[in-house]
Amino acid sequence: MSSQKSMNLTLQVWRQKSKRDAGGFTTYQAKGISPDQSFLEMLDVVNEELIAKGEDPIAFDHDCREGICGMCSLYINGAPHGGFPGTTTCQLHMRHFKDGDEITIEPWRAKPFPVLKDLIVDRTSFDRLVQAGGYVSVNTGGAPDANAVPIPKKEADLAMDAASCIGCGACVAACPNASAMLFVSAKISQLRHLPQGEAERKKRALNMLTRADKEGFGACRNHFECEAACPKDIPRRVMAEAYRDFIEASALREE
Amino acid sequence: MSGATFDIAASDTTLEGKAPAGPLAEKWSKHKFDLKLVNPANKRRYRVIVVGSGLAGAAAASSLAELGYNVDCFCFQDSPRRAHSIAAQGGINAAKNYQNDGDSIYRLFYDTIKGGDFRAREANVHRLAECSVDIIDHCTALGVPFAREYGGQLANRSFGGAQVSRTFYARGQTGQQLLLGAYSSLSRMIEAGRVKMHARTEMLDVVLVSGHAKGIVTRDLVSGEIKSWAADAVVLATGGYGNVFYLSTNAQGCNVTATYRAYKRGAAFANPCFTQIHPTCIPVHGDQQSKLTLMSESLRNDGRIWVPKAKSETRAPGQIPEADRDYYLERRYPSFGNLVPRDIASRAAKAVCDEGRGVGPGGLGVYLDFAKAISEKGKRDIEGKYGNLFDMYAKITAEDPYTTPMRIYPAVHYTMGGLWVDYNLMSNVPGLFVLGEANFSDHGANRLGASALMQGLSDGYFVIPYTIGGYLAGEKPGKATIEDAAFGDVVATVKSRTHKLLSIQGRKSPRQFHKALGQIMWERCGMARNAAGLVKAVDDIRALRAEFWENVKVLGEGNSINTSLEMAGRVADFLEFGEMMCIDAWHRNESCGGHFREEFQTEEGEAKRDDDTFAYVAAWMYRGDGKVPSLAKETLAFENVKLSQRSYK
Repeated sequence: MSSQKSMNLTLQVWRQKSKRDAGGFTTYQAKGISPDQSFLEMLDVVNEELIAKGEDPIAFDHDCREGICGMCSLYINGAPHGGFPGTTTCQLHMRHFKDGDEITIEPWRAKPFPVLKDLIVDRTSFDRLVQAGGYVSVNTGGAPDANAVPIPKKEADLAMDAASCIGCGACVAACPNASAMLFVSAKISQLRHLPQGEAERKKRALNMLTRADKEGFGACRNHFECEAACPKDIPRRVMAEAYRDFIEASALREE
Repeated sequence: MSGATFDIAASDTTLEGKAPAGPLAEKWSKHKFDLKLVNPANKRRYRVIVVGSGLAGAAAASSLAELGYNVDCFCFQDSPRRAHSIAAQGGINAAKNYQNDGDSIYRLFYDTIKGGDFRAREANVHRLAECSVDIIDHCTALGVPFAREYGGQLANRSFGGAQVSRTFYARGQTGQQLLLGAYSSLSRMIEAGRVKMHARTEMLDVVLVSGHAKGIVTRDLVSGEIKSWAADAVVLATGGYGNVFYLSTNAQGCNVTATYRAYKRGAAFANPCFTQIHPTCIPVHGDQQSKLTLMSESLRNDGRIWVPKAKSETRAPGQIPEADRDYYLERRYPSFGNLVPRDIASRAAKAVCDEGRGVGPGGLGVYLDFAKAISEKGKRDIEGKYGNLFDMYAKITAEDPYTTPMRIYPAVHYTMGGLWVDYNLMSNVPGLFVLGEANFSDHGANRLGASALMQGLSDGYFVIPYTIGGYLAGEKPGKATIEDAAFGDVVATVKSRTHKLLSIQGRKSPRQFHKALGQIMWERCGMARNAAGLVKAVDDIRALRAEFWENVKVLGEGNSINTSLEMAGRVADFLEFGEMMCIDAWHRNESCGGHFREEFQTEEGEAKRDDDTFAYVAAWMYRGDGKVPSLAKETLAFENVKLSQRSYK
């Protein structure tokens, strides 16, 4: 536990009434914040004070508060989730800040993620990317024994590295082009390292990447901001793998 | 105070478990054959509502859609992939016996029944053990990246309450991977147009038409619109009610509203006092804390739990020599050691802290020490197995668990109680099915580790696709429409309640009420309970609830995103539900599993059951606001296992 004393902070928070309204920054003071509190618990304190004063509390997405559901999404001081390695906003603790700091808090900013209110954005475009092919088409019932097809540990581990994506959207928020390449590729990579995903490998890459265009995500230009921002450390190699499948699928595409 | 009692009336509802006759191992096969079928061409004429998109909900929605039913699936999160099943860390049990260590379907059944302290229905638990093997096969086929051995075979680890290694896992993210597997199937069915997904939509009530569940009423959390949905059957897979304690390992949004609203419409609520306090969580750090973080039970495979022998110990853990440490689980339970079931490990931790031997701030913690495992197996091995958990611990506490032992303390984690269901997972309200943590069925008074994922997926993938057919085959499709008067009535009730919450404009926020309720529940209905304390708790809850409806402050409007309003509605239901929980705990004059009544313990401080009086499911029936509910009992018949004092010594 930290030995630091409690601190006072100045927050610049993006407030926006709804999708249709224009937004802007409002300044708030966060007082008596313990270094052991999480960033969202700090916002809870600010919100309790706002409610007491009769002001509308700040709306933000959050749920599990242990870094796995992917619901929290703040752009803190110019970086998704605050820019600390391998850390989601809910796991960011206030000991990383010091008394008197000014903190800017914004929503994800990308065309396919429209702001719904304050810091809450609509990420259903991500769901539609998965719907385009992020699965193995198998119905419940009748699967063969799980040990029938051995999968080398190394391949299973590569699949798992990619599968740990939480779908938070930090990669898109960090990308100058708002590209969803890392998100889409994580799913493509997971399934291409497993024999179960092989049958639909090419079709999957083609359909998911085509859908990303359609949803308005930008093209990847190899900035790799996504990799730096990813709270789950999804490696850039997944994008190379996805491109490989995509190119193969495009070249062989039947008209 | 001790003289105070609640007047509990016997309900005139009879609850039939409907477990099929015949030998235990043949019941499910026989029942599947006996169930009526819906012709494949007719399935598309039926519509099913699935509320919740966790393991049970997503598995049910996708499997039912694959069969041809039209499915509407609802979740309050922004995407079905966020349901709290995602946070399960350690693993999923299955009786595969890949380790050749003596596992079998019967052994998994027996361990689960015994682990639940003989308060679950035998037939359900055996079916769960049977389905466990199919789950692993199906999830592998879906591309779930389970951990593998170097030879390519699936890896296993051990969990509490079992002496075989039957837990399958995907690093410390098993729940995430299983949920994303189910979510991928769900996504495929959404793309195919067979499931209509409604995210950011919260169910606020269930609608009965001629006594059958035929729809729900929801609030769109973005537009605020209150809307009716009609269907031929309703499936609730809405999770547990651990957040009644305010602080728990549950996600912030987890709530009792869906199941509690169904209860108020006539569904029986079973064993609400059976709650699980998980032994290994990161201790509380301060009063602004909003949630507790679990450290997976799997850590007990390699971590050793201890406290100093002396109360006055002031040395840092590394400075305390072996002779001055008390590895109390290994001492008290030599055959299971650190892998005793959760209820036992939690109580043992509380006992040493009550003695004044706890560690860390406030003395509310015990050490979970990996020094021995690291010196024997090497840091790399431990990192490979638990790396992400160690990182999570370091992030939260700013301490390095590789060099200094973790400090852990029990926290609310899971709720075994839930809506009563029969063998078909249907509640006493026809057409209302309840799956996963939301029902009461399989874990008795204590759930074993790695069994929640198993139950959610078993219910969703392998049980409901059969049993819902048995109900729908007897129902004409499209019987109810949202034009029916019943829908209008429920919509009016929901609207007036929302209006009321917004119009009180008192002085205290919903969170303040939730915190106050949590303190009452943890203090009086937590790890240890007694009659006088429970009576006091009910008094306190009633007073708090009265204050809530006079003094809650919900700002903003109903026709937009309003997170305070959402929270207020959930807290309002917890304030009623908490009372029922305490009454259930008060009425059960025995200790069993996670329900520990201080008046009923053995000389060694273990839970003392009273099988002659309490070998039944306590199912509570709503009788009106502010009234003590009536009690319906389902007697538990044990035909295959012999009831015994649970021993892990």
